[in-house]
Amino acid sequence: MNLGCGQVGNKQSMMPSSSGGSWKSGGGGGGDGGVSDQFPAGLRVLVVDDDSTCLMILEKMLRHCKYEVTKCNRAEVALSYLRENKNGFDVVISDVHMPDMDGFKLLEQIGLEMDLPVIMMSADDSKNVVMKGVTHGACDYLIKPVRIEALRNIWQHVVRKRKHEWKELDPSASADEQKPPEEPDYSSSANEGHNWKNTKRRKDEDDEADERDESSSLKKPRVVWSVELHQQFVAAVNQLGIDKAVPKKILELMNVPGLTRENVASHLQKYRLYLRRLSGSQHPGGMNTGFMGGPDAGYGSMSSLNGLDLQALAASGQLGQLPPQSLATLQAAALGRSNNSKSTISMPVMDQRNIFSFENPKSRYPEVQSQHLTNSNSSKPINLLPGIPTNIEPKQFSSLHQSGQHSLGSMNNLVLVQMGGQSQSHSQTPSQTQIHAQSNMNIHNGLRQPVMSNEMLTRGSVADMAPTVYNPVVSVSQASSLMNFSMNHKTDSCGSSYPLGGSLGMPNIPTTSTALQGDGNLDTKVSRKGIAPSYDIFNDLNQNRDWGLQDVGLTFDQSQHTIPVGLDASNPLLLQHNRSSGRDMGGQTRNFTSGKVSLSPGVDTRTHHNGSNVGQRHNTYVKTESDNDGSCHSSIYSEQYGQDDLLAAILKQQQHQGVGQAENEFVFDGYALDDLPV
Amino acid sequence: MELNHIMRQSKFTRNSLFEQGYLDEQFTQLEDLQDDANPNFVKEIVTLFFSDSTRLIRNVETALESYPLDFCKLDDYMHQFMGSSSSIGAKKVKEECTQFQECCKARNGQGCIRAFQRVKQEHATLKRKLETYFQILKQGAKTSKVE
Repeated sequence: MNLGCGQVGNKQSMMPSSSGGSWKSGGGGGGDGGVSDQFPAGLRVLVVDDDSTCLMILEKMLRHCKYEVTKCNRAEVALSYLRENKNGFDVVISDVHMPDMDGFKLLEQIGLEMDLPVIMMSADDSKNVVMKGVTHGACDYLIKPVRIEALRNIWQHVVRKRKHEWKELDPSASADEQKPPEEPDYSSSANEGHNWKNTKRRKDEDDEADERDESSSLKKPRVVWSVELHQQFVAAVNQLGIDKAVPKKILELMNVPGLTRENVASHLQKYRLYLRRLSGSQHPGGMNTGFMGGPDAGYGSMSSLNGLDLQALAASGQLGQLPPQSLATLQAAALGRSNNSKSTISMPVMDQRNIFSFENPKSRYPEVQSQHLTNSNSSKPINLLPGIPTNIEPKQFSSLHQSGQHSLGSMNNLVLVQMGGQSQSHSQTPSQTQIHAQSNMNIHNGLRQPVMSNEMLTRGSVADMAPTVYNPVVSVSQASSLMNFSMNHKTDSCGSSYPLGGSLGMPNIPTTSTALQGDGNLDTKVSRKGIAPSYDIFNDLNQNRDWGLQDVGLTFDQSQHTIPVGLDASNPLLLQHNRSSGRDMGGQTRNFTSGKVSLSPGVDTRTHHNGSNVGQRHNTYVKTESDNDGSCHSSIYSEQYGQDDLLAAILKQQQHQGVGQAENEFVFDGYALDDLPV
Repeated sequence: MELNHIMRQSKFTRNSLFEQGYLDEQFTQLEDLQDDANPNFVKEIVTLFFSDSTRLIRNVETALESYPLDFCKLDDYMHQFMGSSSSIGAKKVKEECTQFQECCKARNGQGCIRAFQRVKQEHATLKRKLETYFQILKQGAKTSKVE
């Protein structure tokens, strides 16, 4: 490809901030919005290396990747470039050994001043050096000789960083999100992207393998914490006693070949955080089960994002067999987490919108909560997502999945599920958290890999999300994501009948859910509809939720009992139904918007570019906002579960954000995540 | 006819460089980067490498003459050398650099001097071989133009 000119013409749009002022000629700022389609082409890279040979080679390789490259051989010069043009670059690649300034020092400086993602590079692959890179905050570490494959995926660091930034916008969220991931940044070198499976981060499976080979020694093959593995882990921990559970012993007890002490250690860390969170919200005891659905998967990239949230999610999701109480607890925890984490769950590129819709549900309806609590007492898992059975059966998800492919994108589903799982009993916070978490997950999911494949969901993030053991959920295509979750959660009480009559197919959901309809953008609106009805569930905590969300329209009707949540994938939006018929939806919706806010920015479903949602801004978020009229629509969320609220809120936010146009806002500056290549 | 012959020769030369371990896969990466817009990219890079590395070699020689030997500095030089030689795929040169670094770590002055001799040797050999290779390529290009 003739990149000789070095400018990739169009890219500019990628960074809106740089519009006009883009230092790099090219295109910088453009901001014509077109960039989103071309992302990551046009990514503005600054390369710093004292070795001219390497510098030249790197420049050529980056140009071949269609990035805009600026090179310099002195660290000071690089800093001046960066300072002159604050928004002129998206990512910096720097050598470690440089005569005028230590690469790590430069890394720190850049982090402090510009907060750009920095990738370190060196011929030295010794562990301590790589570790140093990680501890100094490098996004990645490439070993020389650098191959072009390693450079192709560096854009992921940009996306990830932005996602984190969004999350940070919401102070509440930051608390959780900011927690530094326990594990090293497995995002691995840009080689090939991350293997979704292994880490929560979005990774390209194939790439990851390659990446791993090429990545620094620090990066170990990511372990996919499947449900089974996690359960083994939990069993081991319980056997040892949480206080005495040390990685070494856990590893021995688990006796899983190929699992390293480090894997266990990081997982344990997450688990502990998760437990802490749960105990904070409600029964401390219930957690062991739900720790995660695929924790690592999600944790990876999102590490800061919602490692914890994910965990919560995972926890909730994964345990299909969680007893209702636990599930509720999990949910609560998750919710709680999400609350803290902040509504702006930057939804991954994928269509996370839905997830957030639940954002505020909880807060709004205290009574709901109490109901939930009651319910939980009655040992019925309170599914935040109406209709979402607490013990979601994997099958259900799969079915959902299949039916699903809805625009909601898996992420949403995940979120939804979570929400449901999270037992509404917990106060809003939990729900919020949950949503948040979910959204985070989604975000991760979405961002992580450009293609939000169901795989991703299955992998881990989804799993994490679903309160019940939804492993399968993950697989649920994003489209049906939301619904799936709900479906799977079979609340005990309901007998898990989530007919959801395929309504998950949200796109087609008839408008029943008026509430949802709020924004057209939400693709998933449809799904919401289906869900809507279920949210009324709270009203009838008697758990007969029959979540079958039958037709998308989510029979939100006030007959709360039937919360057709039908997790069967048909209602991704399940969460959305804010139909709380008896509820004061108005309030709810309102809350959503306010509460969650965070979702929008990050969550911008844009990310859902892939697959199902590409191009559509699916804001499946249940537009709770739109329904302030009190229609169940908004209430849906609040009613049932905190999760719902969260999701609703999130969705609302999304909606407000104008999902459609919001793209740019949420996503990083130049790239509309929507369009991220799948 | 002549072009074919030249092409064959260049291929042969190239393959032997790989087979004998003078070059590795990274060189292929460079070749892949070459395109119509930069038809001489590989040659440019190689030329740049040799000019940089020659300078570096001189620095090392100077450092080796000082007493006592500054192993850290030597190690640094070698690290640099290794970085650039690995970037172009200069396999044998890189291997000798690693040896040198080992000696530095062991603070083996004599070992360093010997290792460095080998580095210089491989460096010179590679330079010669690549020059030949580029000559053939150039000839091939000229011939193809003519034909």
